Amino acid sequence: MMTELSLNVLDIVENSTKAKASLVFIGVEIDSAADSLIIRIDDDGCGMDSEQLARVTDPFFTTRTTRKVGLGVPFFKQSAEMTGGDFIITSEPGVGTKITARYVLSSIDRMPLGDMTATIHQLILMHQDCDFLYRYSYDGKEFTLDTRELRVVLEGVPFDVPDVSAYIKDFLTENTAEVNEGHPAV
Amino acid sequence: MKSLAELKAIRDKVQGQVGLRSEAEAGTRVVVGMATCGIASGARPVLNALSEAVQEKKLDNVAVVQTGCIGLCQYEPIVEVIEQGKEKVTYIKMTPEKAMEVVNRHLIGGHVVTEYTIQSALK
Repeated sequence: MMTELSLNVLDIVENSTKAKASLVFIGVEIDSAADSLIIRIDDDGCGMDSEQLARVTDPFFTTRTTRKVGLGVPFFKQSAEMTGGDFIITSEPGVGTKITARYVLSSIDRMPLGDMTATIHQLILMHQDCDFLYRYSYDGKEFTLDTRELRVVLEGVPFDVPDVSAYIKDFLTENTAEVNEGHPAV
Repeated sequence: MKSLAELKAIRDKVQGQVGLRSEAEAGTRVVVGMATCGIASGARPVLNALSEAVQEKKLDNVAVVQTGCIGLCQYEPIVEVIEQGKEKVTYIKMTPEKAMEVVNRHLIGGHVVTEYTIQSALK
């Protein structure tokens, strides 16, 4: 069990990078009127066939060989379903995998979103061969971070140069705070 | 909102001055397990603390990287320190505070922090 949803996101996107994705979309959508929090992860990795897909929410299925259980997807699914929300995963070999986890925002069983900035920052720095498109929205106000745009500006300077790393962290922190302004914490 | 113009200024500043260091050149690799087991036990702040400390203290010969499940889930968060020509050191049940001690005493000081190693737990 994870203690915050941003850790589920980190864990699940690690699967995308292992599936050799070159672009991963990560979306967080908070909608108070609809009482929902939606997390979307959409990658262009190797995908899964229908047999693998059917088993991926089974805790006793994993592609790993170091252990016999795989709890990443089951944890994520459970985190959404226990709020009365739902969890949809679709995949196509050679095309990629899409996950949508919908949470009932006001549910007492919904874990806090947690530190999405730490998750996105770490993913970007640790997987520099992969691009990330992150969109965070709260009641219609939103911001996006697209590493493809950063690359164009950086002209080959890597993301883990201290000043660049700090810029990315500040970008995420400041823009999240701006979008959240005047709203209750999620 | 932060602008891309700011990033451009950073690029101009660092371009040229960075000896674009790659993982292969680093003499020491610090490996953090970041599978479900590691993440659920608190590996994210550990990795974050290590990356920041290595940058801050300008340990240019150290690369902080991540791996998947090491197969010792009950001991997560796990940090392995792999120095060229030396035996791998496996630190278990790490926290950001313990990780800072490893940075100061092991990566900088050159002495293994034996009390946090898996060997000391198995004794």
